Amino acid sequence: MREKALILGAQDIERVLKRISHEILERNKGCGNLVFIGIQKRGIPLAARIAENIKNFEQSQIPVGKLDITFYRDDIGKSIKPEVNITDIPFDIKDKDIILVDDVLFTGRTIRAAMDAIIDLGRPRSVQLVVLIDRGHRELPIRADYVGKNIPTSINELIEVRLKETDSIDKVTICDNK
Amino acid sequence: MLAGSSLLRIDDLEPGDVEQILHNTDSFVEVLERKVKKVPALRGKTVANIFFEPSTRTKNSFEIAAKRLSADTINFSSSTSSLKKGESITDTINTIIAMKVNLLVIRHGHSGVLNFLSDRIDLPIINAGDGKNQHPTQALLDLYTIRQKFSQVEGLKVGIVGDYLNSRVARSNVDLFQKMGMEVTVVAPSMFLPGDIKVTKARVAGSIDDIIHKVDVLYMLRMQLERQDRKFYPSIREYNRFLSLNSKRMTAMKKNSMVMHPGPVNRGIEISEELMERITTDKQLANKVFIQKQVTHGVAVRMALLYLILS
Repeated sequence: MREKALILGAQDIERVLKRISHEILERNKGCGNLVFIGIQKRGIPLAARIAENIKNFEQSQIPVGKLDITFYRDDIGKSIKPEVNITDIPFDIKDKDIILVDDVLFTGRTIRAAMDAIIDLGRPRSVQLVVLIDRGHRELPIRADYVGKNIPTSINELIEVRLKETDSIDKVTICDNK
Repeated sequence: MLAGSSLLRIDDLEPGDVEQILHNTDSFVEVLERKVKKVPALRGKTVANIFFEPSTRTKNSFEIAAKRLSADTINFSSSTSSLKKGESITDTINTIIAMKVNLLVIRHGHSGVLNFLSDRIDLPIINAGDGKNQHPTQALLDLYTIRQKFSQVEGLKVGIVGDYLNSRVARSNVDLFQKMGMEVTVVAPSMFLPGDIKVTKARVAGSIDDIIHKVDVLYMLRMQLERQDRKFYPSIREYNRFLSLNSKRMTAMKKNSMVMHPGPVNRGIEISEELMERITTDKQLANKVFIQKQVTHGVAVRMALLYLILS
């Protein structure tokens, strides 16, 4: 896999997440009814960072949950190996406005699986989607509400998101999938 | 490694496979805690539960595990089948396979029948107990239960007490516990020991009192009364004297130790009636006894196995 270009550096990621944090507050008119759910694995630190930003802006702590969607995927055994992680949502999602967070939006299948998983946990008032990168190539009618950066890609390219919490470095690169 | 394969005996599993099963079990324990205890992971798959021997907990456990993964199940019991009309076991199994099932869970009273079947059919089989031979999913759920209490299992001392000779649970557990680095002592007098006990490298003790103050895990085996075509033990009094767990013996156990039993308990034989009653009322005692936890973990472990084999 050959790295072709750096899309976002550490400071860029910080700026993007701050902007998204403001957008979430603006659209929801505050944060009273919000909860964050990060999708395993890099959605979780992103959700935590946005929650931390909002705490700094509004002095309000928003709960953050972890969601693993492996059991809800429709592509296990095709190209995806069943790597199972923990789901830990220690709060009631009933009637909440859920901010669902993931690193890359691609085909939309992960988000569809995440929504199925969430609905099994309770009935939220709404689900809004945050992604750091939207790379296109949707196979399902799914659109993000908050996008860090749109990166039109070819199907042979890969977006690599690296975060301090999981990879010791903050950067987003585009790579050749060879 | 597990995808599409059978699990007939503990030897089929490498330590890495065991780790993967236990890791996935954590997630299914979490699913079982939810309001909606069901995920769509195996939608469209069919699991056949084929029990040639009576069973309550194992059969229900496999069935509920499959259903909570959204798989369909069919249940076959030999007492209401064409076996009664003289059909061979291979033909019976092939008839079920022709109904386009994806996995067979089989229990049989004779050791080794599953090996015979697995050579003749091209479908994953999970051994739900064959004669006195193996019961690998019980061993996995027991290991999981032990690991929930002691996060590190390597080096733990385990005493397995009672009717080793007739117990498939004991054989699978000795194999798995030793594979994962635990030290096993089998507590049984000679009439409960098979000739091949030496090949397991397990130590042997004659009385529960020899080990009770040393072990981290005390595993009480069920007296296999239905598998004893002749009487193996002189009297229940003798059994109680050397092999039973009672309140007095329990006080001799290490502070941070646990008691397990595969169920159903023969009250007054493996565990005294009085201790079983106290377990229901005394919280401190109850925290040491993991019999109910074993049952719950059984569903989660079987979900993990079905998921890993079929997905």
